[in-house]
Amino acid sequence: MTATQSSTIPRLEMRGISKKFHGVSALSNVDLTVYPGEVHALMGENGAGKSTLMKILAGAYENDEGEIRINGEIVKISDPKAARQAGIALIYQELNVASNLTVAENIFMGSEFTKGYLLDRDRMNQEAAQVLNSLGASFAPNDVVSSLSIAEQQQVEIARALKDNSRILVMDEPTAALSDRETERLFELIRKLRADGIAIIYISHRMEEIYALADRISVLRDGEYVGSLTREEISSERLVQMMVGRPVKDLFERRPEKQLGSVVLEVKNLSDGRKIQPTSLKLHAGEIVGLAGLVGAGRTELSRLIFGADPKASGEVFLNGVPLRIDQPSDAIAAGIAYVPEDRKDQGLFLEMSCRQNIVLNILKRNANSGLLNFKKLGTVASKAVDEFNIRLASLENRALDLSGGNQQKLLLARWLAINPKVLLLDEPTRGVDIGAKSEIYRIISDLAAQGMAILMVSSELLEIIGLSDRVLVMREGRLEGELTGTDITQENIMAYATGATEVGI
Amino acid sequence: MSQTARPVRTKSRDRSPVGGRRSTNNLLQVAGILPILLLIGILFTFLTPNFLTPGNIVNILRQASINIVLATGMTFVILTGGIDLSIGSILGVSAVVGVLASLLPGIGWFAVPAALLTGLGLGLLNGALIAFLDLPPFIVTLGALTALRGVAYLVANGTTVINRNLNFAWIGNNYLGPLPWLVVIALLAVFVSWFILRRTVLGVQIYAVGGNQQAARLTGIKVNRVLLFVYGVSGLLAGLAGVMSASRLYSATGMLGNGYELDAIAAVILGGTSFSGGIGTIFGTLVGALIIAVLNNGLTLLNMSFFWQLVVKGLVIIFAVTIDRLRRRSRKR
Repeated sequence: MTATQSSTIPRLEMRGISKKFHGVSALSNVDLTVYPGEVHALMGENGAGKSTLMKILAGAYENDEGEIRINGEIVKISDPKAARQAGIALIYQELNVASNLTVAENIFMGSEFTKGYLLDRDRMNQEAAQVLNSLGASFAPNDVVSSLSIAEQQQVEIARALKDNSRILVMDEPTAALSDRETERLFELIRKLRADGIAIIYISHRMEEIYALADRISVLRDGEYVGSLTREEISSERLVQMMVGRPVKDLFERRPEKQLGSVVLEVKNLSDGRKIQPTSLKLHAGEIVGLAGLVGAGRTELSRLIFGADPKASGEVFLNGVPLRIDQPSDAIAAGIAYVPEDRKDQGLFLEMSCRQNIVLNILKRNANSGLLNFKKLGTVASKAVDEFNIRLASLENRALDLSGGNQQKLLLARWLAINPKVLLLDEPTRGVDIGAKSEIYRIISDLAAQGMAILMVSSELLEIIGLSDRVLVMREGRLEGELTGTDITQENIMAYATGATEVGI
Repeated sequence: MSQTARPVRTKSRDRSPVGGRRSTNNLLQVAGILPILLLIGILFTFLTPNFLTPGNIVNILRQASINIVLATGMTFVILTGGIDLSIGSILGVSAVVGVLASLLPGIGWFAVPAALLTGLGLGLLNGALIAFLDLPPFIVTLGALTALRGVAYLVANGTTVINRNLNFAWIGNNYLGPLPWLVVIALLAVFVSWFILRRTVLGVQIYAVGGNQQAARLTGIKVNRVLLFVYGVSGLLAGLAGVMSASRLYSATGMLGNGYELDAIAAVILGGTSFSGGIGTIFGTLVGALIIAVLNNGLTLLNMSFFWQLVVKGLVIIFAVTIDRLRRRSRKR
């Protein structure tokens, strides 16, 4: 913090913010102070509470405790409209534009200029042009948004924020879908906005971006404020330690070098004819293969394709050398392939059903007597799973909805492991899970591999890929771009393949 | 506070079929609407001396029987997150087919099976369109509602088909002990449906498909088969309801069953089944159907005009569901 900043009033001050969902604490006593003309990075693992905090700022949630001050004055942000009036704008990872409307219409959405009952297009286009000009945008106000690139659509959102005279701009992983050049251009724009005195809260997992942009960093962990660092104090070890709460090494048990078993799953030239180029890969017994890549690289699509969740255009899947006919998920399950999807609420759990049922859903048939449920057997399986995976619940009759994220994830894992799969496909196995449950899930995965299961793990968390995988496959734009083993498994190498950069260490 | 250490202390309020065999669960689940049925019953008992008599109770049950059967089928469909608007029309077609078949010399015994098969076939047709062509249930069954009404008139040739010696007239007019066969059949339909939903793999799969169709598919449930089944059941039970209607009247017309789907839907919703699927019970539906029947009966005993009866019935439905929602919401806190 420079001397001038400490003397000025913070643009934004969040003090003692707490928020509970269904009695579960998502944020407790969190502070965040952001000054005008500063890029303030907000860091923390998935599930640390960053997005909850930002949603409170945006008026999507209301805080249970704590106060928010803007320019020193207490404000109450009860809904998104209040946030906008307070000069707060959010740019989410998923862009929030109406793609069939023009740039100007998007920028003035909700506050259109009118002539009588008609839209005043000339005036909107004129004013939009001014804002776009100040951003250095290369497109026109009357271009249709769907014809723009992702980076340009992002600029439309930023233009909208500027038109609203926003003085606090929150950007959540804004570079996730951008190319290197587009990223560089976005950074220029961010520096320009900073120079104009706008306070920018920047959320990213990428260290390089933090180094390049941040004036200060605040770290959250498990819903609590850990601390802040100034630009000079930033070091990656220190940050990781703050985020994880312990040295990185301790999270992952070092496994002794192990002998690989025979090939369990072999995929040959598998393709969906759209996004996934013909892809081949092998999984050995006892092997954990990490599938890395940027968001949108096709990792989820590839695992869904193997599992039969989406129709394939070409390719074959072999299990222990025997070709499989997988037309739908039930075929894969019958063969002993399990798939734990990335979004447990939308694709995995039955939230209104009991925990017991969520656990036993996949083994109803194999324990049934001519279609009748075998309650005794199912009950035993469910209670055993709860013990084995340390799922914390008051009763098996609780709805899955009532569990915390980590316990929900363990519930889902338990369901799939009940079928004793030979192959386990995991898609983001620890997304939105607190650090305690995370390390438990890591241990479960390691144990399963030690027992000879072949595991393919999609993850966007590099620490997890690096810590767990025996081998790493990196995807980019629908194809496998590279393979890393042993000491070559490093953050730099993975990112180099993932971004398509030829030289290592960008 | 760490999230994982959170003990879950909330009381079980699971509305899906549960691995546990505790029948108290079922009682708890219909408890929301059961007091309303009792309340209305008590009210009528005080307002009219003719209400709480054995004869009138049997009467109410008989009047409820057809709606109970239809609503039972509707429960299956709504549990998957769908809707079946065509059951009234299926009832009509099946009833006409049944009476016509009973008139054929030599194969009169085939009348009831013919009606049931007609219902089953039409239900499966709905199911096939919804499951395999991925069409919205509302649209498919709305189309079927209109088209099958036309079919019913066509098959009946625009007139009333009558059989004064209807061989299955016993269903609508005889008793098993103190209970009319109509009531016995309705309760049987309820019991079998309860058994399927609570005790079989298929039952759990029905709840799963309604709770989260994507997850159900990824869990290896053959969603199409489940959908085919529920619309098949709905059609079959509409066919059964057709047999019950025709047997009582010794006849059928093309307009038989017109509008019945709405009372069936009302019973299901009154019974606490969620329109978005995955939550609900057969017992709730039974109670819902009884509420409607008690209202019809009691208001008639009070000599309320038919027009006012409609108004009161509609308001009670909205009121009852509102109470249930408020109660559930307050429990969630």
